[in-house]
Amino acid sequence: MADKILSKIHVKVWRQNNPKSKGKFETYTIENISQGNSFLEMMDILNDQLIREGKDPVAFDHDCREGICGSCSLYINGHAHGPDSQVTTCQLHMRKFHEGQTITVEPWRVGAFPVIKDVMVDRSAFEKIQQAGGFISVNTGGAPDGNTILISQLDAEEAMDAATCIGCGACAATCKNSSAMLFLAAKVSHFAKLPQGQVEAKTRAKSMYAKMDELGFGACSNTGACELACPKSISITHIARLNREYLKA
Amino acid sequence: MSSFLSASIGRKVFMSVTGLFLILFLSLHLTLNLFLIFDDSGNLFNQAAHFMETNPMIRIMEPLLALGFIIHIIWAAVLTYNNMKARPQKYESGDQLLSWWAPSKNMFILGSMILAFLVLHIFNFWVKLKITGDPLLDYPAGSNVEMLNTYNLVSNLFINYPIYDLIYVIAGLLVGLHISHGFWSAFQTIGLNNINWMKRLKCLANIIGIIFAIGFAAIPIYFLLKF
Ligand code: HEM
Ligand code: SF4
Ligand code: FES
Repeated sequence: MADKILSKIHVKVWRQNNPKSKGKFETYTIENISQGNSFLEMMDILNDQLIREGKDPVAFDHDCREGICGSCSLYINGHAHGPDSQVTTCQLHMRKFHEGQTITVEPWRVGAFPVIKDVMVDRSAFEKIQQAGGFISVNTGGAPDGNTILISQLDAEEAMDAATCIGCGACAATCKNSSAMLFLAAKVSHFAKLPQGQVEAKTRAKSMYAKMDELGFGACSNTGACELACPKSISITHIARLNREYLKA
Repeated sequence: MSSFLSASIGRKVFMSVTGLFLILFLSLHLTLNLFLIFDDSGNLFNQAAHFMETNPMIRIMEPLLALGFIIHIIWAAVLTYNNMKARPQKYESGDQLLSWWAPSKNMFILGSMILAFLVLHIFNFWVKLKITGDPLLDYPAGSNVEMLNTYNLVSNLFINYPIYDLIYVIAGLLVGLHISHGFWSAFQTIGLNNINWMKRLKCLANIIGIIFAIGFAAIPIYFLLKF
């Protein structure tokens, strides 16, 4: 089945020259966009059009374009990564939009993620949280035999679920408090469920928590919005585990 | 300890523990209040109020309850302020994921309205019972112990002032909404939750919220309809 062509759509996108400047929305009209295009392809076409018109293209983050790097941080029509669920922006298709629609594209609005340019933000705050405790210091050697340390299927599954976090920041971008709790919980859970993560278990949750507060992310109100926005459907039950780990320490 | 207090999770643990304590108090409060509608002579309710007035355990709990409220309210304000600061710029396209009325998004607004009600509520009853006294409180005839006619004070308000009926019904609904999120959220905050309990706690929170809302709202409605 051939994809429908949207003869005209309007993209209302945040333009900001540098971290210090004020920034404002600009609306551009694009013609003949196939619904088979991905959202980022649409953005490429928009940028191509802007360059031809001698204008500055819209800066947006992207890399893998297959939902694994977590860099395509766009807030589209009131949804992190757009109106589809369980996808990143690069996996979002124009099928989710209709003829003549105005699509609002904003950067993550998180104090700890300052805008670099246009809709591109600096997510290195997540790396700082990760560096504060998201590691193990035991030497696990080469790839060991799968059965040398026995782990229950349930624990392995939960650790793997947590490990699917790609650090995209949709959780913090969606949270009304700009809280990084789901990210933090995913990282802590991932280690807490495996024997290799036990050495630092006493300090991990605490130091990552302290870092999150220090960087200016908000606290968790348990609204559950992050779980719905997360492209990897990381469950907020990991947040309960994070709190448990913290209170144990 | 000081790092625990200044950490966002530390504050939330206090919110959660005080919140659960307040729910416990409200359960007792609601149970006793329901005596109002199960005995129109008022005797049952007066006995209960008298018991609350004289029982030493309850006397000890009263300042603790006030403290619980104060801690809950102060941390609520601090947390909410910091949470708002964490997002210096709002989204033009808003939040289309959770509905605007979701209790979890509106805990501070719900709480503030509950607080406003609480002040009014204290003036309606507590101040008259404890400080100023009121002619309506004259000892009920025919009782063998000396006790205040609290029933008279309450029923007078609900029978003669429909505006208060409305306010008390709304307050019941607000508390119900606050708790329909607060109850399970409190367990989540102190880490007592997992995949299986998530569903149960959320379900229980809704049930408790509905019981509180209906229970508290039923009392003024009963007086309005019956008398
Ligand atoms: C009858 C009284 C009240 C009860 C039973 C109650 C109960 C609760 C419970 C159980 C929580 C969940 C705690 C957590 O998520 O860890 C909560 C949260 C909250 N309460 Fe109350 N509360 C009451 C009154 C108030 C008042 C007067 C305020 C005043 C402003 C307030 C503001 C809040 C706020 C802002 C939160 C959410 C904090 C957050 O997660 O960000 N509450 N409440
Ligand atoms: S928890 Fe989900 S939304 Fe948050 S950073 Fe990880 S993958 Fe992204
Ligand atoms: S570009 Fe890598 S996840 Fe979207």
